[in-house]
Amino acid sequence: MSGEHPLLSSPDSPSKPLVPPSSLAERLEQLCLDESSSSSVLDGIDDGQGESLLAREYTAVPDCGVKPGKQFFPVERECRPQFPLEYPTRHKKRQVSWGTMELHSINSNPASHDVPQAPSRVLEKANKSQGSHHKGIQFEDNLLHEDNPRLIYIDDPKKTNDKYEFTGNEIRTSKYTLITFLPKNVFIQFHRVAYLYFLAIAVLNQLPPLAVFGRTVSLFPLLFVLCVTAIKDGYEDWRRHRSDRNENNRESLILQSGQFQPKKWKNIQVGEVLKIRADDTIPCDIVLLGTSDPSGIAYIQTMNLDGESNLKTRYARQETSSAVVSAVADGCAIMGIIRCEQPNRNIYEFTANMEFNGHRFPLTQSNIVLRGCQLKNTEWIIGVVVYAGQETKAMLNSAASPSKRSKLEGYMNRETLWLSIFLFVMCSVVAAGMGTWLIRHKYQVDTLPYYRKRFFTNWGKLNGKTYKYYGIPMEIFFSFLSSVIVFQIMIPIALYISIELVRLGQSYFMIEDRHMFDCSSGSRFQCRSLNINEDLGQIRYIFSDKTGTLTENKMAFRRASIYGRDYGSRVLVADQLQEENNTGEGLARKRWKLKSEVAVDYELMELLHKDLSEDERIAAHEFFLTLAACNTVVPIVSTSTSSSCAKGDVDSIDYQGESPDEQALVTAASGYRYTLFERTSGHIAIDVNGEKLRLDVLGLHEFDSVRKRMSVVIRFPNNTIKVLVKGADTSMLSILANDSERDDELRHSTQSHLSEYSSHGLRTLVIAARDLTNEELEQWQSMYEDASTSLTDRSLKLRQTAALIESNLKLLGATAIEDRLQDGVPEAIESLRQAGIKVWVLTGDKQETAISIGVSCKLLTADMQQIIINGTSEAECRNLLVNAMEKYGVQSSNKRNQSSKCKSNAASDYLELRDDAKTSNVPKWHEAKEEGKISAPLALIIDGNSLVYILEKDLQSELFDLATSCSVVVCCRVAPLQKAGIVDLIKTRTDDMTLAIGDGANDVSMIQMADVGVGICGQEGRQAVMASDFAMGQFRFLKRLLLVHGHWNYQRIGYLILYNFYRNAVFVLMLFWYILSTAFSTTSALTDWSSVFYSLIYTSIPTIIVGVLDKDLSHKTLLQYPKLYGAGHRQEAYNPNLFWITMLDTLWQSLVLFYVPQFTYKESTIDIWSMGSLWTIAVVILVNVHLAMDIHRWVFITHIAVWGSIIITYACVVILDSIPVYPNYWTFYHLACSPTYWITILLIIVVALLPRFVYKVVHHIFWPSDIQIAREGEILSRKHKHLGSEKDEDSG
Amino acid sequence: MTPKGDKGKEGDSSFAKKKSRRPKYSRFSQQELPACKPILSPGWVVSIFITIGIVFIPIGFAALFASERVVELQFQYDQDCVPAKYKDNAVAYIQSNATDKTCTRKMPAVTSKMKSPIYVYYQIDHYFQNHRRYVKSRSDDQLRSVAKENSTSDCAPERFAKNGQPIVPCGLVAWSLFNDTYKFSVKNKTIAVSKKDITWKSDREKKFSSSVYPKNFQSGGLIGGAKLNSSIPLSQQEDLIVWMRTAAMPSFRKLYGRIEVDLDAHDEITIELQNNYNTYSFKGSKSVILSTASWIGGKNDLMGIAYLTIGGMCLFLAICFILMYVLKPRPLGDTSYLSWNRNASGGRLNF
Repeated sequence: MSGEHPLLSSPDSPSKPLVPPSSLAERLEQLCLDESSSSSVLDGIDDGQGESLLAREYTAVPDCGVKPGKQFFPVERECRPQFPLEYPTRHKKRQVSWGTMELHSINSNPASHDVPQAPSRVLEKANKSQGSHHKGIQFEDNLLHEDNPRLIYIDDPKKTNDKYEFTGNEIRTSKYTLITFLPKNVFIQFHRVAYLYFLAIAVLNQLPPLAVFGRTVSLFPLLFVLCVTAIKDGYEDWRRHRSDRNENNRESLILQSGQFQPKKWKNIQVGEVLKIRADDTIPCDIVLLGTSDPSGIAYIQTMNLDGESNLKTRYARQETSSAVVSAVADGCAIMGIIRCEQPNRNIYEFTANMEFNGHRFPLTQSNIVLRGCQLKNTEWIIGVVVYAGQETKAMLNSAASPSKRSKLEGYMNRETLWLSIFLFVMCSVVAAGMGTWLIRHKYQVDTLPYYRKRFFTNWGKLNGKTYKYYGIPMEIFFSFLSSVIVFQIMIPIALYISIELVRLGQSYFMIEDRHMFDCSSGSRFQCRSLNINEDLGQIRYIFSDKTGTLTENKMAFRRASIYGRDYGSRVLVADQLQEENNTGEGLARKRWKLKSEVAVDYELMELLHKDLSEDERIAAHEFFLTLAACNTVVPIVSTSTSSSCAKGDVDSIDYQGESPDEQALVTAASGYRYTLFERTSGHIAIDVNGEKLRLDVLGLHEFDSVRKRMSVVIRFPNNTIKVLVKGADTSMLSILANDSERDDELRHSTQSHLSEYSSHGLRTLVIAARDLTNEELEQWQSMYEDASTSLTDRSLKLRQTAALIESNLKLLGATAIEDRLQDGVPEAIESLRQAGIKVWVLTGDKQETAISIGVSCKLLTADMQQIIINGTSEAECRNLLVNAMEKYGVQSSNKRNQSSKCKSNAASDYLELRDDAKTSNVPKWHEAKEEGKISAPLALIIDGNSLVYILEKDLQSELFDLATSCSVVVCCRVAPLQKAGIVDLIKTRTDDMTLAIGDGANDVSMIQMADVGVGICGQEGRQAVMASDFAMGQFRFLKRLLLVHGHWNYQRIGYLILYNFYRNAVFVLMLFWYILSTAFSTTSALTDWSSVFYSLIYTSIPTIIVGVLDKDLSHKTLLQYPKLYGAGHRQEAYNPNLFWITMLDTLWQSLVLFYVPQFTYKESTIDIWSMGSLWTIAVVILVNVHLAMDIHRWVFITHIAVWGSIIITYACVVILDSIPVYPNYWTFYHLACSPTYWITILLIIVVALLPRFVYKVVHHIFWPSDIQIAREGEILSRKHKHLGSEKDEDSG
Repeated sequence: MTPKGDKGKEGDSSFAKKKSRRPKYSRFSQQELPACKPILSPGWVVSIFITIGIVFIPIGFAALFASERVVELQFQYDQDCVPAKYKDNAVAYIQSNATDKTCTRKMPAVTSKMKSPIYVYYQIDHYFQNHRRYVKSRSDDQLRSVAKENSTSDCAPERFAKNGQPIVPCGLVAWSLFNDTYKFSVKNKTIAVSKKDITWKSDREKKFSSSVYPKNFQSGGLIGGAKLNSSIPLSQQEDLIVWMRTAAMPSFRKLYGRIEVDLDAHDEITIELQNNYNTYSFKGSKSVILSTASWIGGKNDLMGIAYLTIGGMCLFLAICFILMYVLKPRPLGDTSYLSWNRNASGGRLNF
């Protein structure tokens, strides 16, 4: 989002890429194809609700010109000559055949705009602004026909809405209504496979032969889970309803029967004319008809839409402006028709045309004001509604970002699959056992007292019939199904709820973290996605935007080189200076108050107070005049009445412009008393040291990326004409005058200053000027006139014109602007890199700036080998890539893929190398290793043009290989879609987690593409935040977010999942062993309620509490040793090995649970319910103690949860055993009287946990993990502090 | 999460708003609650093992000692009490009404003095009283109140009698009631076996009603076991109550009665039993047991042995770990063990 490339550029902006239409179309299509291939990935993880929106997004892409390029150009070329262009018939024809006979329309259309019809025009590619203008028109009309445009009759909503069903302006972001809530919510919830599984089991249990549990009991878990989720959804939807209602009931002025009357937003219709006053929010997308400004200019703020806080200009067409204003004043009807494209979500394009008073003219992006914008500095505007409600671009864009699923959850599902296999095996064993048992007892089961399948009644028809017996195959099948019912919690249903609750708790802590609160903007941390908290602990790649993310996007004028002298090392704050001067120089001077303070150089200030005699003084004067005059900044003056110092009137000026660099320069000039305070199209006014200077602007050559400079021709009050130029050093130094020795000297010193500035990461511009003679002026004027009115090749002609005067310039000096890095950015990047995270910078800025920022945020260091890829063709890019790979010995992916070890090696090598720059007090133990490594770390710098070739062609893998072996990658001049492409490159080729961070609308695609999207909110706005998963105020919080919260979240969720698997499996296995000793008859010794409560009540709370509160390491340690983050990379908290070890442990524990009571109650009178009661209690205590063993940090809540849930279990058992209805009545009281019961439980717990404990201890002694060591260090050092020496205690 | 913040925002002035946006400090929200953070320091590890050892070994000894003091006489009679001519066809013998089921045998001699109360158990093996069909085949409602005598839905096939009347108590469990009886005598002197209060009080009072009387019991085509005296309410049918507390495992004991006199060592007990119950059809075995009781229940050495083993093991582990810490110590929190510091000399962490 550099100044030269505003995002909301109008089609005729000079900064459009210089591409022939057809190739542009092709390229766009390539991008689109790319996108759609990746969309399948997105669809996969989509939960279904975002699907339609996604689809819309991708179908909207062709609107940017793909289809016309492919389909219509040939048609057009072929057909055009055959149809004579008859203006008079056009109208009639259109009325007859509109929308039905495309061919006619296509051919009648070119006549409609008064552009010369040159058959070759389509192929013309050289010009830019004009070319794109043409293209816009060309496309537009084609589009209109193709897409069945909407017809809007201005001020005639009835007619407008008659034929087409346009949406009203009522918006609805809520999902449900009172009536649809229940069915819809249940429907949506059952999209989860797990829920269907539990539904199926509950249904199975209702069948008589399978009724293992009581019927109501079996429904309980599912209902519980559904209810909890429904309540959560309902609450969220209620909040949406509330905000919708507020929005819909706002009011705007609508032209109703000749007068503007307030009307509620929800009642606004397409076709209505409305009036918006200053500072009002726009209720829907409107086409400007007229504004309070006679020239039809309106300023709007698009903060809510794209996040840019500066004002943008929009124009009412000259044709309509005056007519509409007078029509409204007179109460006459406004007649006109607008044809525009169908609603789409592209906020940077609008193609339409308007027919007004018999004229027909195109409408573009610059004529439309979108919903959500605010009108600023314009008294009022009148416009006609073209899109309303859900069809506005803002609403189409506010789609929720596609929901992402965390990686851990993916793994979890893999392991759930294993659990299902276990489940299947267990059920098969039971079924097979049942089968063999039945076959073996075939002749006995009729009378067997405990089976007895037949009636022996001696009477009635039932006599001799079988009872609840369906033949051996069916019995086997039923046995299988009923064991599924008994073992159902092997698939942990409670886990789904637990994880959601835990994430909610984690989000609470992230939001509440005071260290992630940005004081300057007052923005808190936001969790917008609740699904991917734990992914923060495993990030390997960070893709960062530059402007506004790494930097503050507040340009500040830092240094200046004027007439060969460097200023800016000694600075004073402007305010102080003003105070000093004011006391001395009297009060008459009008003072300007700036929004931001400027630091001024005292020496330079002194120079400026000298008389205008010396060369140096004149140069300084012209230097600042250029700064103040040579720009497109609009000053907005507001008189502040309540100023603290009452001397004179203090006007405050706010400079609005699309380029922050220009704003900084103008502000700086103002700091040196060259205050620009007025700008109209014809002149500008500058307050020079109190004197008002009115300068006529004769012409302005805007910045373009070919010339890389900007010039303005002004006439001074004394009729001298000057051309003032500023531009990039590369483009300026060649066009300077070189007459005298002084010039040469000046140039050398300036050049050395320039190189010094850019080495400090400052953005430099060279300032030059020259006087124009009258002849030159005349020549220029005629050319300029010609060029600016020319409809073909305008930009080329303008460039030629500019070249005429931009020559032989007198060098005045150079400026250095600092795009200040945000606080703590270098430190944060340093830490992240130590943590093994690769930081890639993707920026729209130019290469030099990107590199300089890379240097200043310590991303690029002097010892790095820079590989620069900026090819202009595919072959060139390939060569560059291959050469670089050869030169630095990068292996191709085929070789590397053979062992993933290489990659981790590379990562660790990289870690070793980076250590030297570390600021912490860890000793340098790695020096030896570093010396062993010959090649320096690599840095890859690649530009957008090369990326176009690389990402489209089969060079992707080369880029990937090269990029992943570089420690730093900087991509400059990249388009938003390319950003997403780069993220996708990494995402598809590795399993590594990616994180994208950005602040602007151009980062949205990247944020949505990455595994984790982080939006920076602050002064810049909402678009990125809306699309992000997490939003925060400053880049540096990323360090804390990842290293601290990410680590914690990952550890917690990883443990939570493993523990939940264990918890349910140990219970199920225990039941399984028992079933084996009940003749495979799926008896459960536990009561129905205990079985159900086990995972929902008895053991769920501690897991959630631990998942939210447990911390293995303090945030201080984590921040101090960023490498501890590697635990996430190595998947230490959750991996298949851990899963299998846990399952082995589970097996052992379940065997202990089953067999210990078997032995202690061997040959006793124990009954089935007592045994069940014992098992219930034993298993609950066991899993809680197991959890307690793994808790790192006991706070009182943890104590309450863990011990409390054991107590709750006892309480529940006591209550259940006190209800005489159940067969287990009084069991517990009876059991608890015998000491055997208690010592059995003690034995179970100890025997079951002993192997685990021993394993833990041994592992801890011999193979301590980094986390364990750091933890010991952390805890012991605290003890040291508090208790002094405690060494003896530990050496037991 | 945000509604709280929103609420706070609305009422306040802009300054307060800005201030209130900042998360309030609390030790909870900043995750700084005072906490106990256990680490597996050598001291802890060793003391945990030693504690377990110290706790377990005495318990083990106590349990073993208690178990040793229990005197238990077991006599398996299922094969012994089948007359020789029926040896090959025990099922026919047991099913026939004509055969004499009485069986008088000498029990093994009393090994040491048995103090009263001496419990009489019968033990059946391979009898799946925990089979799901069996466990569910009962009606607790019916047992608890007269009004619900018709709630027999789970009881099939022992649900209705011929006249369509419900069977009370219904279901397979009651139907298969054990019906062997034992009479003991020492030196020709009969020892009384008290069958009173051999059930849980709660069962007698709440689960088996004193107003429900057996009805239509064992009236079907197949007699499963004992018949009940229909003039005695269920709450006093203690054999039934014992039987209906179905066993957990396929091999189980049930209390038959109590002998309230002491038995001396070397007493020879003669048992006269009625071998009525058919375990032959499923090859189940039957035994009668006389046993005294201790605080851990009946004779059970396994518990004591298990406790001693675990206790000993823990002490052994404690010693092992002490040796390990002595021989190959790893200073706690030593950064040189950090994965990125291995093979290099390192200093201590400075926290």
